[in-house]
Amino acid sequence: MHFSGLRVIREALTGHKGWKPLWRNPEPQPAYDYIIVGGGGHGLATAYYLAKAFGRARIAVLEKSWLGSGNVGRNTTIIRSNYLLPGNEPFYEFSMKLWEGLEQEFNFNAMVSQRGILNLCHTDAQRDAYRRRGNAMLLAGADAELLDREGVRAMAPFLNFDNARFPIKGGLLQRRAGTARHDGVAWGYARGADMQGVDLIQNCEVTGLRIKAGRVCGVETTRGPIAAGKVGVAVAGASSRVMAMAGMRLPIESHVLQAFVTEGLKPTIPGVITFGAGHFYVSQSDKGGLVFGGDIDGYNSYAQRGNLPVIEDVTEGGMALMPMIGRARLLRVWGGAIDMSMDGSPIIDRTPVEGLYLNAGWCYGGFKATPASGYAFAHLLATGRPHETAAAYRLDRFARGHVIDEKGVGAQPNLH
Amino acid sequence: MLIPHPLLGLRDAQEFTYLGDAALLNRPDGMAEGAEAAFAEYVYLRDNPAGLHRELWFHEQGDRSWLVVTRDTTTHQILGAELARDVKLKGGAA
Repeated sequence: MHFSGLRVIREALTGHKGWKPLWRNPEPQPAYDYIIVGGGGHGLATAYYLAKAFGRARIAVLEKSWLGSGNVGRNTTIIRSNYLLPGNEPFYEFSMKLWEGLEQEFNFNAMVSQRGILNLCHTDAQRDAYRRRGNAMLLAGADAELLDREGVRAMAPFLNFDNARFPIKGGLLQRRAGTARHDGVAWGYARGADMQGVDLIQNCEVTGLRIKAGRVCGVETTRGPIAAGKVGVAVAGASSRVMAMAGMRLPIESHVLQAFVTEGLKPTIPGVITFGAGHFYVSQSDKGGLVFGGDIDGYNSYAQRGNLPVIEDVTEGGMALMPMIGRARLLRVWGGAIDMSMDGSPIIDRTPVEGLYLNAGWCYGGFKATPASGYAFAHLLATGRPHETAAAYRLDRFARGHVIDEKGVGAQPNLH
Repeated sequence: MLIPHPLLGLRDAQEFTYLGDAALLNRPDGMAEGAEAAFAEYVYLRDNPAGLHRELWFHEQGDRSWLVVTRDTTTHQILGAELARDVKLKGGAA
């Protein structure tokens, strides 16, 4: 079923009777060549690219709940490639380029909207750091502009320019950044994978990994054992639990990150804006709600819900940045369990168990990485070699001292 | 969350900062064989359990004591707290 404007018109004229479910709901086969554990954004993207870009067949995605029920449906939908370090920036820029062609690629409306991201700076030192970061972005082929105070004011006159403690000195703008419809991304990849023959198996929790003589040969699930040649685990938030089935301990803590949305408002915020003196970022959804977030709660959690102190902290950041936000009523607050890695950067790598691959440690930045993460993980599964943009995301980088620590805070996951 | 401080009674978790798994009390011997690998493991690897978790909290805005708090990571329920000093003197967190 191909989506097009013509198709919409035809369906409108014929009573919308031709639409079909976006994917099948198959029974699990006894064996597959590739099993992807986790039917979230990254798992579905991996299956999609494995089938489409690398021409592999006999692929299954196993999801313990419904597709996209985890963090791909809980994030704040921001896409950007404004990183500093050489291990990160080329990867996120690769992701940004995939976002730009994504909807044509999988023929699904993911509502990719390049409305820009503006990181505000409040001190001279912070502006210097942004200038350096902007240059690093340009070197990796991304776009970056440094705005002065008046440039920021022209873009976002509603910000608090009278804040004496944290004056707005300027900002780093990436115009190609923006937002996407998070569920739409999961659905688009799911539909695309299904059309390539991938079996998307829902309500099928992996309860064990079958390992013989150091080699993975399948998985145990709540719907029976399934044999597999290669198993890729993409379950960020629960990575430690799944990899514990293979006897592995990871450089990861699971934490809770909360997100917020207000009632729908008229168009107010031009793009994504981040506060540089606290942790607060905000954008406006197409429906009009202000979507915002800030710090993680900071303690290990699998509860998928957070506590009030962080809600207070995040809204205080919002009030400091744009006092008018105090007039908006908060509609919903929710939380997701995330992998916080020891250096704040992800892992896409093989493991000591042959045939078992890991995609984990996305901290609170996994959504923007979805296309590149799927592509790089599919590349690794199909060829056995890391994708050139993901070569730094090794599992053993911690022991080797090659950490990718954007924030420079060391092995303290709740500070990344 | 309220943390039952052994000396001060129930205190708001906001008065504390969080470090992580109480296994961090068991620092490896830097002079022993294989110290490098032991330290890489100590610094970077975590059990990260879903369920009961013994973890270090610092009463930064209180009496500045370190506590070992036992908490369920799936519900946030706190089951107890001891002074980290006592835990360490009893032989560590394991």
